[in-house]
Amino acid sequence: MIEMKDVYKTYPNGVIALNGINVRIKQGEFVYVVGPSGAGKSTFIKMMYREEKPTSGSIMINGVNLAHLKDNKVPILRRNIGVIFQDFKLLPKLTVYENVAFALEVIEESPRLIKKKVMEVLDLVGLKHKARFYPDELSGGEQQRVSIARSIVNSPKIVIADEPTGNLDPDNSWGIMEIFETINDRGTTIVMATHNREIVNTIKKRVIAIESGKIVRDEARGEYGYEV
Amino acid sequence: MAMRFNTLRRHMRESFKSIGRNGWMTFASISAVTVTLLLVGVFLVIMFNMNHFASKIENDVEIRVYIDLTATEQDKQALKAQIEAVPEVKEVEYSSKEQELKNLIKSFGEEGSSFRLFEQDNPLSDVYVVKAKQPEDTVKAAKKIETFKSVHKVKYGQGQVEKLFKTLGIARNIGLGLIIGLLFTAMFLISNTIKITIFARRREIEIMRLVGATNGFIRWPFFLEGLWLGVMGAIIPIVLISLVYYNIYEFANPKLTVPFLQLLPFHPFMWKISIVLLVLGGCIGVWGSMMSVRRFLKA
Ligand SMILES: Nc1ncnc2c1ncn2[C@@H]1O[C@H](COP(=O)(O)OP(=O)(O)OP(=O)(O)O)[C@@H](O)[C@H]1O
Ligand SMILES: [Mg+2]
Repeated sequence: MIEMKDVYKTYPNGVIALNGINVRIKQGEFVYVVGPSGAGKSTFIKMMYREEKPTSGSIMINGVNLAHLKDNKVPILRRNIGVIFQDFKLLPKLTVYENVAFALEVIEESPRLIKKKVMEVLDLVGLKHKARFYPDELSGGEQQRVSIARSIVNSPKIVIADEPTGNLDPDNSWGIMEIFETINDRGTTIVMATHNREIVNTIKKRVIAIESGKIVRDEARGEYGYEV
Repeated sequence: MAMRFNTLRRHMRESFKSIGRNGWMTFASISAVTVTLLLVGVFLVIMFNMNHFASKIENDVEIRVYIDLTATEQDKQALKAQIEAVPEVKEVEYSSKEQELKNLIKSFGEEGSSFRLFEQDNPLSDVYVVKAKQPEDTVKAAKKIETFKSVHKVKYGQGQVEKLFKTLGIARNIGLGLIIGLLFTAMFLISNTIKITIFARRREIEIMRLVGATNGFIRWPFFLEGLWLGVMGAIIPIVLISLVYYNIYEFANPKLTVPFLQLLPFHPFMWKISIVLLVLGGCIGVWGSMMSVRRFLKA
């Protein structure tokens, strides 16, 4: 479970990105975070994997307050949260298999387990047959599937994504959403910031709308609600 | 901190890969260490040999106490006791004027025979040859002995000794200062190189942090890379200095006939220098690397 209480974030340059956020996200929920550009969506996402610390307020994730989390405990948090970005963040010199295995190798998982888990998630995202390909030999949608595979290979309870379909054409975007739904069906919480009106209005889920650092709308099975 | 064998192997592999990947950067930093250690090595060799010469000379420094011609046997005994009582004095040896004359004649070789004339009426003095416990105390001891009764005059290579010690001291300090300066330059260069390496691998590091690798884990390959760069930078200086020193020692040393101008023997001196250079190289590399990594991982 994720719970934010009175979260404020002022960046060092004085920009107030979050202006009193209160929200509760239960385990297994699927949440869209929408809002105009510069509203604070990415900042909201960054709070959850401790990329940024709140200026004040508390962020509880499974009973741990990230506002007071020591730096040396951040790796433990990150091992239990999958993060996905618009730009995939794959390593170009590693194959698909190696990119996914990387996430487990650097947390010193045993080689036998790594092989098993990597093949499992590659199967899940439908890229088992391209395990030996390099990222630049894949389409954007395939690359994003690799990055999703990497984010879930350690079986996190929470997956957060910042505009995961931002760089993809509609076909590929639907493919990505299918994978997210599969992951969500297994009980994983999904929090996804997006500008994709079509997706939000078709695959109906909870919608949190942020404007000027405040939550202005929070509906179960909501609409995108902005004209783009 | 226990580390899995697999993890260590991975860190090794990563560090070597990075060395291979950053071809010319690697070359640049190894060169920086090479140049530095070459200079440091030469300095060390010179300094140790200078020290060696100095200690030889220092040990050779003696005080010659010329005894008054009028002194009786009793006066001489009293003077000897007095000199021996000086705390800085190690040993006192008596050399009669007949002995002195013989030494003088001997030191002149062929031409010395003309001094034979003096054998009937020896104008030289009897002498006490005094050695100080510490070479640096020579002057102090000599000054004290000068004041004693029955002393005609005291000689200890006045000025020379003091000047020698002063010069050696200054040379040592300049050498040390230069070495420290060079070391810092090399460390700075390495840290800059590693910074570029880190920059080239920033995406990898970003992902490592994202998926929950610890800072310790992230640091290891860079630590090793720095170590390799430093150690590899030490190879050429070690080989080069050893070769040159070996040749100088084998061919030049036998020609140096002045007793105190003897070079330190190749073995074990060169082993020690080699180990010092190797350790120094490793330290430069690791330290330079850690400087960059620390700054990078703080954010
Ligand atoms: N690292 C930072 N330093 C300073 N200001 C920042 C930083 N990151 C974001 N901001 C500012 O904070 C505000 C919120 O930014 P944020 O990235 O959270 O918006 P967003 O909702 O994700 O926008 P978009 O839809 O364009 O991605 C913006 O005004 C932005 O300029
Ligand atoms: Mg954003």
